[in-house]
Amino acid sequence: MQMFKLGRLALLATAITIALSTPAHAVTDAEWSALKDEIQKMKSSYESRISELEARVKSAESKAGAAEDKAVKAETRAAQAEQPKSSVSRFNPDISLIMQGKYAHMDDVDERHLTGFLPAGHDHGKRGFSVDHTELTLSANVDQIFRGYANFALVDEEIEVEEVWFQTLGLGKGFSLKGGRFLSALGYQNEQHPHAWDFADNNLVYKALFGEGYGQDGLQLKWLAPTDMFIEPFVEIGRGAAFPGTDRNRNGAGAVAAGVHMGGDVGTSNSWRAGVSHLRTKASEREFEGHDPADVEVVGDFTGKSKTWLADFVWKWAPNGNTRTNNFKFAAEYFRRDESGTLNCDDADLADPSACTGALSGAYKSDQSGMYAQAVYQFMPQWRAGYRYDKLWRGDADFNGADIGGTIASLGNYDPSRHSIMLDWSPSEFSRMRLQYSKDKSMDGQNENQWFVQYIHSLGAHGAHKF
Amino acid sequence: MDRIKFLLVACLLLLGGHAQAGLNIFACEPEWGALAKELGGEDVRVYVATTARQDPHRIEARPSLIAKMRQADLIVCTGAELEIGWLPVLLSESGNAKVQPGQPGHFEAARYVALLDKPAKLDRSEGDVHAAGNPHIQTDPRNIAQVASALARTMAQIDSVNAMKYRQREQDFQSRWSQAIRNWEAKAALLRGVPVAVQHRGFPYLQDWLGLKEVVALEPKPGVDPSAAYLAQVLSGLKSQPAKMILRATYQSDRPSRWLAERAGIPAVELPYTVGGSVRANDLFGLFDDTIERLLNGLK
Repeated sequence: MQMFKLGRLALLATAITIALSTPAHAVTDAEWSALKDEIQKMKSSYESRISELEARVKSAESKAGAAEDKAVKAETRAAQAEQPKSSVSRFNPDISLIMQGKYAHMDDVDERHLTGFLPAGHDHGKRGFSVDHTELTLSANVDQIFRGYANFALVDEEIEVEEVWFQTLGLGKGFSLKGGRFLSALGYQNEQHPHAWDFADNNLVYKALFGEGYGQDGLQLKWLAPTDMFIEPFVEIGRGAAFPGTDRNRNGAGAVAAGVHMGGDVGTSNSWRAGVSHLRTKASEREFEGHDPADVEVVGDFTGKSKTWLADFVWKWAPNGNTRTNNFKFAAEYFRRDESGTLNCDDADLADPSACTGALSGAYKSDQSGMYAQAVYQFMPQWRAGYRYDKLWRGDADFNGADIGGTIASLGNYDPSRHSIMLDWSPSEFSRMRLQYSKDKSMDGQNENQWFVQYIHSLGAHGAHKF
Repeated sequence: MDRIKFLLVACLLLLGGHAQAGLNIFACEPEWGALAKELGGEDVRVYVATTARQDPHRIEARPSLIAKMRQADLIVCTGAELEIGWLPVLLSESGNAKVQPGQPGHFEAARYVALLDKPAKLDRSEGDVHAAGNPHIQTDPRNIAQVASALARTMAQIDSVNAMKYRQREQDFQSRWSQAIRNWEAKAALLRGVPVAVQHRGFPYLQDWLGLKEVVALEPKPGVDPSAAYLAQVLSGLKSQPAKMILRATYQSDRPSRWLAERAGIPAVELPYTVGGSVRANDLFGLFDDTIERLLNGLK
């Protein structure tokens, strides 16, 4: 408003100045009064226009005010709806701690291994009471482009960095890129941490293939097809330091993995996912321990190529898609692995000569396979029962043109197998207690009854599980 | 001849343009799917991720849902942590930048209504509590009206070509809706002050709207199934503080409420809870027509 007043004054002043500056010498009375009239007219016309303008501005302002009022109301409503937490806690990542403990009743076996298969390591098969890995997980959006995730496995005097990665939130066109250390998208169970397994111990397929699961330090590119059926190819390149590869101190990629997953629904009650994946890597002096036919310990290493094919299938059922009371899950995976290269072996203890005495070295070639199939049924709310069958086929494993079993008996021609049944109770999504019985024949000559009692509890923000 | 050709080409262009225009909407729950259809008409393609027979707290992050979310321009969900067990997986696995939190394509209905039942204490021993408040907002039609105006704004923002149409449909919907609310309120006047028992605390907004009085919940803690012993306790509680009926949603098991209804001698009323929850609840209007009628029948 102030501006208009000033404007009006300036106008008047100008008019007066103009009036005064008109040649005074020739001004008659008539002219003077005419001029006065003119000014009066101008003044009134301006004044009316100005007041009109003022009125318009006022109404516009009041409208804006009303709109603002509305906006403020809406905001306060929104603010009421969404109670703001302190800004610091809001920026904290989601933290979760997963506690798992076990009581295992097993035979006293010196060196647990899978007969016929070069050991992948990573066996925490302790007898009696123990706490397994305690998992600590942190995750949050890094910014508008990236999401970050970290998973640490805490074991005595040791922290294993299981996963630390970033992932793009949306590259567009269905692409997403993951980088860092991550569990490979191979197969079905591979991306699951032990707390998400349906049984107290790992299946023999993953035990033989990777020890626990295959992790990469590298990059993963996924593409999700723009179709109603889920079709997702992926490719990964990485360091390839984990079994079946080894850390080889080189530039470039030490392992390449690729595959495709597909999935969909059948009606409202059934859904499935299936996939095929391939992993290629190389090992350099990948060490192992074993024993010869006379049960004398040997040590050795393998250098060469390793190729793995993995097929996976999952089927889930819940009446009308409502999992609360009853649901059923079937999962099966099949693998095939070829390894070829050079194998060295020697006495573990020079004072205790074995079949490898004097250090043997020769060509090694193997073609092995295996599968597991498991079914878990929730027969009433909170209670599930499950059965799992594991079977490995040692296939061919030749050393220096003859079956390796003649030299290293722990790699002899034997097909490991195991039956497991379990019962678990989950009072909420955050806790689970499990009882499991296994009939284990994973070693030649073994026929072991194993009992497990397990708990899995999670504190904090427990992230949603994948399919 | 030329003119006919021109007309044909124009028609084809229009048709082609029509097929491409519009929004792909992924609705987390049936009520928001129905609302999006009301507001979007033929300008949207709506996919509803869950049905009235499913518990929206517990949905598997199925591959089909990931594939659908990949194609969405807009997701319409409840928010307030209702979908916390599955939506985050879909979001990260879909790799769809348009629907990530904070984007215009990420719509959470609960942000536009005042939530009830904010827990005084956040502790998992209290059961499945939602920090932001009770997320089952769709049982009060006044909430639907508020969400409708916000959703129409969002749709107009994302699909600006059709903005006017969304606004018009919203106005049309709001006038029909407020008329319907007046009718429902008139019919439901008898329900004011009626004491009810609920299986899950899923109806605070319905109770707030109609003036029903919740005297007891069958679940000892939210999301925790009642044991027989607990139900017996509820039964004895009902003697001193009687309820007229027991309410439960379609997706919930009927066993606890049936058990209690037989012993307490009061009816167990299954409410559709969302669109598709009963034969009559085939759209938002049918949902409340049926809800009110079932409640009134429960009173008889």
